[in-house]
Amino acid sequence: MVAKEIIAQRVAKEFKNGDFINLGIGLPTLVANYIPEEVKIVLHSENGFAGLWDKAEEHNIDKDVIDAGGTHVKLQDGGVFFDSATSFEIIRGGHIDITVLGALEVDSSGSLASWNIPGKYVPGMGGSMDLVSGVKKVIVAMQHTAKGLPKILEQCTLPLTGKSVISMIITELGVFEYINEKLHLTELIGDTSLEQIKELTPATYTVALRN
Amino acid sequence: MDKKIEISEIGKFLTDGMTISIGGFLGCGNAHNIIDEILKTDVKDLTLVATDTFFEGEGVGKLITNRRVSKLMASHIGTNKDTQQQVNDGFIEVELVPQGTLAERLRSAAAGLGGVLTRTGLGTLVQEGKDVVTVDGKEFILEKPIHIDLAILKAHKSDKAGNLLYKGATRNFNVPMAGAAKITIAEVEEIVENGELDPSFVHTPFVYINHIIKA
Repeated sequence: MVAKEIIAQRVAKEFKNGDFINLGIGLPTLVANYIPEEVKIVLHSENGFAGLWDKAEEHNIDKDVIDAGGTHVKLQDGGVFFDSATSFEIIRGGHIDITVLGALEVDSSGSLASWNIPGKYVPGMGGSMDLVSGVKKVIVAMQHTAKGLPKILEQCTLPLTGKSVISMIITELGVFEYINEKLHLTELIGDTSLEQIKELTPATYTVALRN
Repeated sequence: MDKKIEISEIGKFLTDGMTISIGGFLGCGNAHNIIDEILKTDVKDLTLVATDTFFEGEGVGKLITNRRVSKLMASHIGTNKDTQQQVNDGFIEVELVPQGTLAERLRSAAAGLGGVLTRTGLGTLVQEGKDVVTVDGKEFILEKPIHIDLAILKAHKSDKAGNLLYKGATRNFNVPMAGAAKITIAEVEEIVENGELDPSFVHTPFVYINHIIKA
């Protein structure tokens, strides 16, 4: 399995029956493919609905129904549309259980950088700053390194999306959790060794393996 | 109450340098026909308020590609290469606003509020230059209302009075922008007689709507 699939599969294990979840664009969207049949969750789409179900079939496309990534989708029975003020009330008011987001950098204090590479590419924060400030559990799903360079740093160097907001980081090598606001390595994925993680993780962390 | 006007009349509502807001999210819920009509005029130097600028040369993105916008307030501009280019060149001055904050700042203009208190953006560049208010021991950023000169909405159906119904995910920023502007004009796919819509099931009340255009 490629790294992205390993990450998506591991993230899906965090979901419980009845969870109300927002998946970010890109890698986080892949997580939907790995949710076990018996776990029934509901997906929130920041552009204005709850009950995101699946991609729309070619013959069944409604031009007025896209997800936050611009894909034509359909809703499950019982789903509902709303406007952006309501959508972000839901996000900011603590009504979503879990959000899964990508990252450029994360750090030992739980800060996230994901929207701005000064002088290079500044796409903007979209709804990410709202998600990290309001959702109960913030999971960062990302590859452990980018072009061989570590992404889990002692302190983020890029402009922040949120300060001390992350609950959990899942990479293709392992799982990190913030316990009492400190970073802990809680799981090794596959045959990853502690040494391997150490080499690729400049952030200060405590080893507290659950597996 | 009949608020119907012709799309060709849009030019008389436009002035150089005005603040215009356009509802929609990645083109879904953009008033595509009114945007095309705006481009037939020579209006320029606009301040544009929109959650994104879609793709270059498409929907709201056409205003960027045709260099009509000199100031932009948006939450995400990563999908439009022309926006990136014009921001880098200094042609467009941009203020990036978290999406929920953008919705609330528009809503607070519509509601006559002095702004909103939010935790979104605390400890980030978004906080810079803003007042931080402590309520019950928790810090919040004071985000001020965004007042609009002209709001351009897209609805699925309305009556002649301007009661609007949206379809699918097009409601997005069309709803919070209604009421935040001095003048609000909606592009509507189907306009019916007054009395034909059930007043219990209207998304935006006619109160906020000055004109409707069938397109």
